[in-house]
Amino acid sequence: MLVSKMPILYLIHTMKKLSLLLLLSSICIFAFSQDRSKKVPSAKVKDLQGKMVDTGDISNNGKPMIISFWATWCGPCKKELNAISDVFDDWSEETGVKLLAFSIDDARSSARVMPYVNAQAWDFDVYLDYNQDFKRAMNVNNVPHTFLVDGKGNVVWQHNNYSPGDEEELHEELLKLTK
Amino acid sequence: MIRKLAVRWGFLTGLIFISGYSYSQSDNNQPDYGQIQGNVQMLFQHYQEDTIIAGIVPPEETTLNAFTNLIYTRGNFSAGVRYESYMPAQAGYPDRFKGSGLGYRYASYSKDELSLTVGNFYEQFGSGLVLRSYEERNLGLDNAMDGVKVAYTLTEGVYLKGVYGKMRYNFNDGLINTEGYTRGIDAEIHLNSIIPGWDTLKTRVIFGGSFVSKYQRDDRSDLVLPENVGAYAGRVNISRGGFVMNSEYAYKINDPSADNGFNYHNGQAVLMNLVYAQRGFSVSLDAKSINNMSFRPDRNLQITDAQINYLPAMTTQHTYLLAGTFYPYATQPNGEVAYQAEVGYKVKKNSLLGGKYGMDLLVSAAQAYAPDTSLITAEDPGLKVYDNKLLSLGDQAYFGDIHVQLKKKFNKKLSGVFTYYNFVYNNDVILGARQLDGTEVEGTVYADVFVAEMNIKTKSKHNLRLIGQYLRTEQHQGDFVALVAEYSISPHWVFALLDMYNFGNAIKEDRVHYPFGSVTYIKGGNRISAEYGRRRAGIFCVGGVCRAVPASNGLTLTITSSF
Repeated sequence: MLVSKMPILYLIHTMKKLSLLLLLSSICIFAFSQDRSKKVPSAKVKDLQGKMVDTGDISNNGKPMIISFWATWCGPCKKELNAISDVFDDWSEETGVKLLAFSIDDARSSARVMPYVNAQAWDFDVYLDYNQDFKRAMNVNNVPHTFLVDGKGNVVWQHNNYSPGDEEELHEELLKLTK
Repeated sequence: MIRKLAVRWGFLTGLIFISGYSYSQSDNNQPDYGQIQGNVQMLFQHYQEDTIIAGIVPPEETTLNAFTNLIYTRGNFSAGVRYESYMPAQAGYPDRFKGSGLGYRYASYSKDELSLTVGNFYEQFGSGLVLRSYEERNLGLDNAMDGVKVAYTLTEGVYLKGVYGKMRYNFNDGLINTEGYTRGIDAEIHLNSIIPGWDTLKTRVIFGGSFVSKYQRDDRSDLVLPENVGAYAGRVNISRGGFVMNSEYAYKINDPSADNGFNYHNGQAVLMNLVYAQRGFSVSLDAKSINNMSFRPDRNLQITDAQINYLPAMTTQHTYLLAGTFYPYATQPNGEVAYQAEVGYKVKKNSLLGGKYGMDLLVSAAQAYAPDTSLITAEDPGLKVYDNKLLSLGDQAYFGDIHVQLKKKFNKKLSGVFTYYNFVYNNDVILGARQLDGTEVEGTVYADVFVAEMNIKTKSKHNLRLIGQYLRTEQHQGDFVALVAEYSISPHWVFALLDMYNFGNAIKEDRVHYPFGSVTYIKGGNRISAEYGRRRAGIFCVGGVCRAVPASNGLTLTITSSF
């Protein structure tokens, strides 16, 4: 109300909105002009021994990778990784795939990650995304969220949920990559 | 406003500059424009009147929370914004969040050992006892820093970090920061990387230390308040094979605040955790002691507003409805002593107990007590001073949680999870249990909860999940039962029906049913879900931070997308 009565404030107000609009539209133009494939971004995470790892450096020698975000307090996440764990030997033999599980547990529960991983006998590479930098960089809203990355480092498939059987779709996508 | 404008134009100019940069930088035939990624989360809710549960209906009848993140990356450079809307905010959210605008914007550059961020960022030192800036959107919690962050790797194994800025507190057509400043430094040293010959040792040792200070001017004429308040922390992590030991100690100088009744005592906290794990077996022990550790850039704020540090609850966060939303614990920042022990065991396949598929067993016990303190009479009667013995239990129990869980697969199509919980919940301290009319429950609530979950694979990619839950208590609202049926068709559909019934309420008219249904469609990074029904007033927690959510009835639509 005040704004419309004072020309200078009105001008600033309009410019403010305009700058935002310009910003968003310039982003959209970028989005159109870019290559469609999404690469794995760089972020700092820790392995279970506390060693720093840069996600940008992770690779599987030209073979596909599965990136899965989970937490010890997330039931569906654990179901998904356990379901994959049951068949992972076969997948790995067929395709050479590697699974990287990123826990988003915070200080409350991050100490539960190592015991859980051991108790379930997972043969995955497990990392702690303690500051959720990688989660943000991968645009994950909530867990579980699983990505399939091809041998060139492009994200080719993703799924934001887990229902029993979802691992079969992931397996099909994985086989498509290595055919 | 002019300053705000300058900030936004600054970002725009920055982006234009970068786009020009990316043109001139292209060294091969295809110019590298970098890439844009993002995500969207929208939550629309329509409220309808429900007098039985005193369901909340805002005057607008509908609410919308929306968040869009856009991140631009090119090589070592990245910049991003988050556009937020609260029109108005969903019930249970801080109601001062209003309107639409930018809630987060940053630009960051990293090259070799240096990484620099300007604008908003999140950061955590150690386990967060002196600094943790983070976002938990589902709770309406966001204490993003706004300023500058520098991270520097001195050499492989020595990591330095510095932050300087203001902390986010509110939102009104744009983010609003607290007035005071928060600044800190952190160093982490991995001994195995820097001591020659240690890199092959089985024992790994990591040390860390942080210092954080906040500035807020003295806003009281009746008190002499410290304007700069410092806190420091030291931590150590030692691991060898299946053993891991983690501990952190933090100290804060006197920091009179609304939280601690403006007393001038210093603050202390200690966290200790010991884990042993091998294939199929694990033990973990935790101890925690906190005294007067509430730490905020604004001494007048309370509850979950703008907290500089994070004091984790040492209790498990449960996910089943009756176990998770009735009596969850939240850390008492003014003081508590807590212990937890947990044992996990996988009974081997083809054994007597394990059967063909084996069986998972978990036993866990956690207790939280008042700290052991004694008042010391200060010479100045205006000062409240007391002595505190760290890790020594006081005489008042705050919380107890004992649970036992058994997981078993019976055959290819059938598996089950069976859990028993016992809760002791001191509502005079935690203040989470209320009657239907909103009155606080007095004293301690003792509750037992039994949960049985069955998963039935009906055919390939089709799964039925049935959960029966029973909560038994003499206090609060008495006994509850809940039944959940969930049918999923992988990979796209999930249907769920739920009814919770408060059959044991002492007041006959309050023996209420809470029917609820939902449909979810998932495709790749997109997820759309519709929910309809009655929601009980309760406590919603994520990562040990909880928020009270009012009772409501109506329709909710949620869309999340990641691209």
